[in-house]
Amino acid sequence: MSKEEKKVNRRDFLFTASYTIGAVGVGAVIWPMIDQMNPDKAQQALATTEVDISSIEPGKSITVLWRGKPIFIKKRTSEEIAEARAVKLDDLPDPQKDEDRVKDGKDEWLVMLGVCTHLGCVPLKDKGDYNGWFCPCHGSHYDVSGRIRKGPAPTNMEIPKFEFVDSNTIKIG
Amino acid sequence: MSEQEYVPKSKVGKWFNDRLPLLTLGAHLTDYPTPKNLNYWWTFGGILTFCLITQIVTGIVLAMHYVAHADLAFASVEHIMRDVNYGWLIRYIHSNGASMFFLAVYIHIFRSLFYGSYKSPREVIWIIGLMIYLLMMAAAFMGYVLPWGQMSFWGATVITNLFSAIPLVGDSITTWLWGAYSVDNPTLNRFFSLHYLIPFLILGLVVLHIWALHVPGNNNPVGIDIKKPSKDTVPFHPYITIKDAFALLVFMIIFAGFVFFTPNVLGHSDNYIPANPLVTPAHIVPEWYLLPFYAILRSVPDKLGGVILMFSAIFILFVLPWLDTSKVRSAVFRPIYRQFFWILVIDVLMLGYVGAMPAEGIYLVLARVGTIYYFLHFIVVMPVVGYLEKTDPIPMSISEPVLTGGAEPSLARKVNDKV
Repeated sequence: MSKEEKKVNRRDFLFTASYTIGAVGVGAVIWPMIDQMNPDKAQQALATTEVDISSIEPGKSITVLWRGKPIFIKKRTSEEIAEARAVKLDDLPDPQKDEDRVKDGKDEWLVMLGVCTHLGCVPLKDKGDYNGWFCPCHGSHYDVSGRIRKGPAPTNMEIPKFEFVDSNTIKIG
Repeated sequence: MSEQEYVPKSKVGKWFNDRLPLLTLGAHLTDYPTPKNLNYWWTFGGILTFCLITQIVTGIVLAMHYVAHADLAFASVEHIMRDVNYGWLIRYIHSNGASMFFLAVYIHIFRSLFYGSYKSPREVIWIIGLMIYLLMMAAAFMGYVLPWGQMSFWGATVITNLFSAIPLVGDSITTWLWGAYSVDNPTLNRFFSLHYLIPFLILGLVVLHIWALHVPGNNNPVGIDIKKPSKDTVPFHPYITIKDAFALLVFMIIFAGFVFFTPNVLGHSDNYIPANPLVTPAHIVPEWYLLPFYAILRSVPDKLGGVILMFSAIFILFVLPWLDTSKVRSAVFRPIYRQFFWILVIDVLMLGYVGAMPAEGIYLVLARVGTIYYFLHFIVVMPVVGYLEKTDPIPMSISEPVLTGGAEPSLARKVNDKV
């Protein structure tokens, strides 16, 4: 090879520049093709739901739909609250205090995503070994605070973002 | 490939073939030298081709009547069943066809395992076949979602949630797959689109699968290399075509038995209840052909661990040609491996059975034992047995043991000579 052939010449520059621009172009086209599968504006618009909770009796719960997923709203009795708070954190696979799962001063209201954290089934209420919820799909047991106690689910049932609009209404999302 | 150059007889044929050698391809497929000792386990390639075409044809017809919308899908399937002329027949062929497809593919895969068809020089055929199998599972899963019944909805929820086990990005991936914050209308829409696409990807891979097969030629029950063409081979047509056709007819009788007499026996009655995101069916199980993997998933008490093990159970098959250390292909001459092969068959059947049962008590124990054996079989048994086993003498050629009325020791050769 002669010396001038080894130098970076005009052709090498053109090749490199073309590949680079080509890669940027491909990337610019691929991203919209991927991102179109993410939740669209219509789906995002369903982000908040207001729920009237005045008719729920102590010890009872209702299920409402938020973003296509069930939300459990349970008005707990004082015994149930006491039971949830008596549990030692060491006994929990995903340690979390019951106090951290409810709003201050509204200890009776447990509002959580009614979705098993294992593979997304809806757990059944008042079932299982811990007086809480039981998922029929793969056998996860949750306690009266919605915390995982036994079974394949890795974490406690999720607490969504919510607030009390007034004493009878909560807004989820 | 065909040794002699093919020349079309007609002038028009020659004119066309010079421009696009389709007739040469046809001649190659007709004359393709095939081992003369192929048994009926070898007929499932043709049966599978039939299954694929059946699914594509019935699927295209169903898509003319089906509506991929969460509010309308369930009703449109019932519309197909009740109002569309012969809609019940077409849908039952399609839904049972999926099961028949898997039945045939499992026999095809275990045939390969028994006779060592995945071994050199056929590794690429094996790997393409596994890619087809993966796509089949994806297509079957998405197809099962389309009627939008309870099992559709909750099957889709459980399977898509498998991806949420991935650390850090799992939830984003799951939301991306859904196109919503749960399985919802966008999910159904994209599943329909992909369900229509995948069979054509499979068709493309089938062409590659057959192409890769035609390079070394078929393996055979004796598992030895043969000269092509020779007295050990017969032309594909008419010898193999007629044998395949006979096997296909028997297969179609069984197929028709399901379609006409027990069209729902392989499904779940819960799927005739419209999807309800608030209630999970008490007993949720996948279709029978996915049960062994479901059992493996549930045998692990950890979410991520279960998902990893389930996917490993499939992906380990891709390296099978390199895990098997034996120089002898056919299990006919492998007295030790042959026994382990049948243990594997029983193991997979048992995993399928416990996959359909509740994940508790004895079923959980069996699932764990089955899972451990499944992986031991491939990771330990195959390399070690291949290395230590004393194989039986294998014949010199296909013809000799047949023509002399048995495998005479004088005609047999030791493995180490040459395989």
